[in-house]
Amino acid sequence: MFVYVLKRLGLAILVSCTVSILAFLLLHLSGDPAVALAGEGARQADIDMIRKVYGLDRPLPVQYADWLWKLLHGDFGKSVYFKTDVGPLIMDKLGTTLLLGMYALGVALLISVPLGVLAALYKNSWIDRLALAVAVLGQALPNFFFALLLIMLFSITWRILPVSGSDSWQNFVMPSIALGYYAAPAFMRLIRAGMIEVLSADYIRTARAKGLPASTVIFKHALRNAIVPVVALAAVQLGFLLGGSVVIETIFALNGIGYLAYQSITFKDFPVMQVIVLLLSGIYVLLTLASDIANAWLDPRIRVA
Amino acid sequence: MMSQFKVLSLPLLASHSLGKVCAGLLAAGLLCAGTPALADKKNDTLRMAYDQAPESVDPYFNNVRIGVIIAANVWDTLLYRDPLTNEYKGQLAKSWKQIDEKTLEFDLREGVKFHNGEDFDADSVVYTLSFVSDPKNKAVTQQNVSWIDKVEKLGKYKVRVVSKKPFPGAKEYLSTTVAIHPAKYYKEVGPSGMNAKPVGTGPYKVVEYIPGKSITLEKNTNYFKDSPKAQPTIGKVQIRFIPDRQTQMAEVISGGADFIMHVPQDQAEQLKSMPSVQVVSGNTMRIVFMQMNIMDGTPAPELKDVRVRKAIAHAIDRKAIIKNIVGQGAELLNTMCTPSQTGCTEEGATVYNYDPALSKKLLAEAGYPNGFSIDIVAYRERQQTEAIINYLQAVGIKPKLSYLQYAAMRDMIRANKAGLTHQTWASNLVNDISASTPVYFGFGNDDITRDPEVRDLLDKGDHTIDLTPRKEYYKKALNLIAAKAYAVPLWSLPVYYVAQKDVVFKPYPDELVRFWDMSWTK
Repeated sequence: MFVYVLKRLGLAILVSCTVSILAFLLLHLSGDPAVALAGEGARQADIDMIRKVYGLDRPLPVQYADWLWKLLHGDFGKSVYFKTDVGPLIMDKLGTTLLLGMYALGVALLISVPLGVLAALYKNSWIDRLALAVAVLGQALPNFFFALLLIMLFSITWRILPVSGSDSWQNFVMPSIALGYYAAPAFMRLIRAGMIEVLSADYIRTARAKGLPASTVIFKHALRNAIVPVVALAAVQLGFLLGGSVVIETIFALNGIGYLAYQSITFKDFPVMQVIVLLLSGIYVLLTLASDIANAWLDPRIRVA
Repeated sequence: MMSQFKVLSLPLLASHSLGKVCAGLLAAGLLCAGTPALADKKNDTLRMAYDQAPESVDPYFNNVRIGVIIAANVWDTLLYRDPLTNEYKGQLAKSWKQIDEKTLEFDLREGVKFHNGEDFDADSVVYTLSFVSDPKNKAVTQQNVSWIDKVEKLGKYKVRVVSKKPFPGAKEYLSTTVAIHPAKYYKEVGPSGMNAKPVGTGPYKVVEYIPGKSITLEKNTNYFKDSPKAQPTIGKVQIRFIPDRQTQMAEVISGGADFIMHVPQDQAEQLKSMPSVQVVSGNTMRIVFMQMNIMDGTPAPELKDVRVRKAIAHAIDRKAIIKNIVGQGAELLNTMCTPSQTGCTEEGATVYNYDPALSKKLLAEAGYPNGFSIDIVAYRERQQTEAIINYLQAVGIKPKLSYLQYAAMRDMIRANKAGLTHQTWASNLVNDISASTPVYFGFGNDDITRDPEVRDLLDKGDHTIDLTPRKEYYKKALNLIAAKAYAVPLWSLPVYYVAQKDVVFKPYPDELVRFWDMSWTK
């Protein structure tokens, strides 16, 4: 088990490093950051000055190494756009994004659990097909498009929710649905499969034979067992939802990390961008790691893999 | 990694066809919208939504439009340029006179107070201008201040501003972008403190600022009565930063915002059908043009032949594109400058009317009866680029479009790797030709034609104070550019504003939103 954890941990660190290098390179390859920072009206002298001030005149590997070195010493750098330290800038907004991630996860489960259970109970019937259709729609609709549909309905037609902002709980309703719906299908398929397997198990037949009410059999005996793999998936999906929040936060102007990421890309604010990519990928990697270890703990067969 | 890919696809939204569908959907949503939206008139708060957040609110440390808008409302300048007559008036200065070619003297207004109670006097001017023009202090808007050599205090209410070279544009900058800070406060807190708690003399004061999210302004009830800016009437202005245009539109439709700008033409047209909002378009200072690379090593040597350049100019039906794509408020251009700029003129300039037959004939004469292939780079207004490409194809030229981010396009042009370019330029809102034509013809990095005769004429214009010979130099330069078809001037870009019906406002070509000039309907 220990070796397994160590191997996974090593892999996680490698993934994080690769992501950070890729992010770094992508940011520098999409046009000269100094030109972007200087803005449209800048003259060559201004651009040269900016290049020097931000150390952009050094070779890329040197810039990368310098950034990594400072990062490891707790110096996240300074935002070239907002001119403040990157650490506090991101920390201020992390709460909003985590909250959105949690809400979205909640929405995803709220949609997928009943659908999954229904689909399993009425396997291969029209209900199963309908549940599948609802789930597939969630996956197929681009979330920004779905978000606009929600705005149209809730804000424009019915006028019951604010379009954008992050001041009250109402602001989180549409973003959470838009984000959560997209994650629901994966859960739903897993619950359906799990339920079908569990429902055909001997102890369910026993429970039924005892004359327990159908609801008790389904929810207490079957679902509790079928939902175990979902917990592991939820960890991974949460990481995915945090990443997906870039688009959703931007559309709804939610003042979180995703919105910050969008702004920093627009303004070539590479110190912020690098830390966000690293943070989001770090969370993702950590959650995956946690779920791997949890799975290995529960199922010793995985440890040899 | 997942987040990376998502992010990269987002900026496509604006031009993406799916984005269009969404806009259409939103517009369709209007039809089933219930009660008409009302502005936040009852709270006396104008809620504006804008897509970009400024990096700093200190006017010298941001170069985005909304920063200029906030600056004009929160701060004042020594002079004021009337947006309708283009005439200079005294603002923080009572009067001014030109002492010599490099020196302007100002008599300052007495009794003006900053929002924090500090008095305005010569020290405010001397400290602010000395601080921001010192390159050590890294003002972002260098072009606005780098011309200043020194500022001298002659008395408590008298100063002299000296430029490094004779600089006819001085008054233009001193009336638009060179805001005056309170000396004591600015010395104490610096640009970062000024950003955290902005203090000016203007008609509005900042009461709350959450970077990247929103800024709230409140009417300055003690605004000095003699200011050429009107006394503000709307009590509060809240600007929220909403990056997505569809979201902004939805906010206006649903009554969550009162005022948005830079609405794309096609979407603005759709919003016109809504009873509760008004759609207003106006001209801007941003000019659109095609530049042609005729330098040594150009990837498009065909352009070196003047007949080819003229053929390109004659191939494009500019009037039709303006009517169908660019939109109301746009102006047809025949010279390479913004018409409202001092020194800009079309007098005597060769006009290239739409004439595809002539275009084909010119191409044949130049040895390209079947046209040729050429790369075209562009970075905004993609629909316009595509229309131009269609017209070029009609005469046999086969353009290949590279649609890039601004920085990437500029890199390409400066590296001599672009042939045809489709560009725009807003002169940083300076209403003087020295801020436009010389950028592209004065042998700077963005000059890809490099005609020394044009350069010399522009240079003389840039350093002549007397207006009559100055205008003559510019006119000659502009006529030369037109005669040789070094570039194809196209049109000025209009801007569309969408506001609730109970907001009273006027658009100005400088795209400055003057909150002090706005009010509620009675």
